[in-house]
Amino acid sequence: MGSYNWNWPILVREPYLGWIVSGFGKTILIAVLAWAIAFPLGSAIGIARTTETRALRFAATLYVDVFRNIPLLVQMFLWYFVVPELLPADWGRWIKRDMPYPQFLTAVVCLGLYTASRVAEQVRSGIEAIPRGQRYAGLAMGLTSLQVYRYVLVPVAYRTIIPPLTSDFLGVFKNSSLALTIGVLELTSQARQIEEYTFAAFEAFTVATVLYCLVTGLVIVVMRIIEARTRIAGAITVGAQ
Amino acid sequence: MFGGFDFAILWANASFLWNGMLLTMQLTALAVTGGLLFGVILAVLRLSRVRPLAWLVEGYVNFLRSMPLILVIFWFYTLVPKLIGRPVSGFYSVLIAFVMFEAAYYSEIVRAGISSVRRGQIAAAMALGLTNLQAMRYVILPQAVRNMVPVLLTQSIVMLQDTSLVYVVGLRDFLTSADIVASRDNRPTELYMFVALVFLVVCFSASRLVNRLRRRYAL
Repeated sequence: MGSYNWNWPILVREPYLGWIVSGFGKTILIAVLAWAIAFPLGSAIGIARTTETRALRFAATLYVDVFRNIPLLVQMFLWYFVVPELLPADWGRWIKRDMPYPQFLTAVVCLGLYTASRVAEQVRSGIEAIPRGQRYAGLAMGLTSLQVYRYVLVPVAYRTIIPPLTSDFLGVFKNSSLALTIGVLELTSQARQIEEYTFAAFEAFTVATVLYCLVTGLVIVVMRIIEARTRIAGAITVGAQ
Repeated sequence: MFGGFDFAILWANASFLWNGMLLTMQLTALAVTGGLLFGVILAVLRLSRVRPLAWLVEGYVNFLRSMPLILVIFWFYTLVPKLIGRPVSGFYSVLIAFVMFEAAYYSEIVRAGISSVRRGQIAAAMALGLTNLQAMRYVILPQAVRNMVPVLLTQSIVMLQDTSLVYVVGLRDFLTSADIVASRDNRPTELYMFVALVFLVVCFSASRLVNRLRRRYAL
């Protein structure tokens, strides 16, 4: 390591500073947009796995099994290279020629659908951890099945799964780096690009590392506060990592 | 829509793809072994009474867990040859990256497994006159191992999927081999779908087995 020439100032020089800033912005944007897909969709799928309707349960289980057992990178390639070929010709052409920000949007959809399968598992375990009596009590009070979910099960489940949901959000934040494989210039790929242009590999990787750690730390602190504020007295947290 | 499907391309490249699969399996096996060994050491250090040591390990684990695996791969791919002072095969750089990265995750699982054994059990072991080592050997570990083995196996399935990320440094694993054929013969549909299907079958069966194991040995 003695022979390595450190060159920190290169990071604040243009265009490299601009690359880092725009890469960081894209990383955050991908994570937030993918989460905006994953959270509602995953919640719906997780809830579906706890319902009495067999077909619904089966479809939801199938979704989770498929998305969790194919490597995310392979999913990325499927969405980017294969899906446009399998769709009706007009749609495929639209995706390939006219869709704005094709790589970026593909990455968001891919990460969103994958993360939904993880969210679904947390929501399911959150609902299953609620004593059955609560569901029966709700029904006995004359609530419909939908109302039981809306007012009893889901609000309690969400509060108990805040820690695993946090780690899933951090998961999608980190996984956004896979977007570089289809050409999105997010944080990791900008760091890689700086390395290729300037040979300042360790400086570029260090700044990316610091940014990832900062966001992770910040999210954890904020979620701990939220968790403490919403905690149900006497309840324990559940959920798989 | 499957009219233009050309399955012969899979046959024609079977041995090339199989070699990629071998590399994937080799990398997974070595990374799981190394990651587990290092992970157990980390977990033991983290539970030790030497405070600074425990903090150091906690810092390491949290640090690696907040980084994307791709960035870790890039780090070690560049760092290892510089540290050793001569070019090394990409395989070893990547293997070190995986071991360091997975150990952080494994150590958390091992730690949770050991902590999950109730305090009363340890107190009871002590009351029976067992030594610390005996309590560990006959009371704590048998329960802890049962709790953590299914989780460790699940993490290893995740790790098998994660090895596909070596694509970013061009190591010829299963996915990268398929990718090479896909772009050479312009057949992405067949190749990527084949890779997806193989992973789906392998990982799905493995996770079903783990579930069965979990139900059978659960405490």
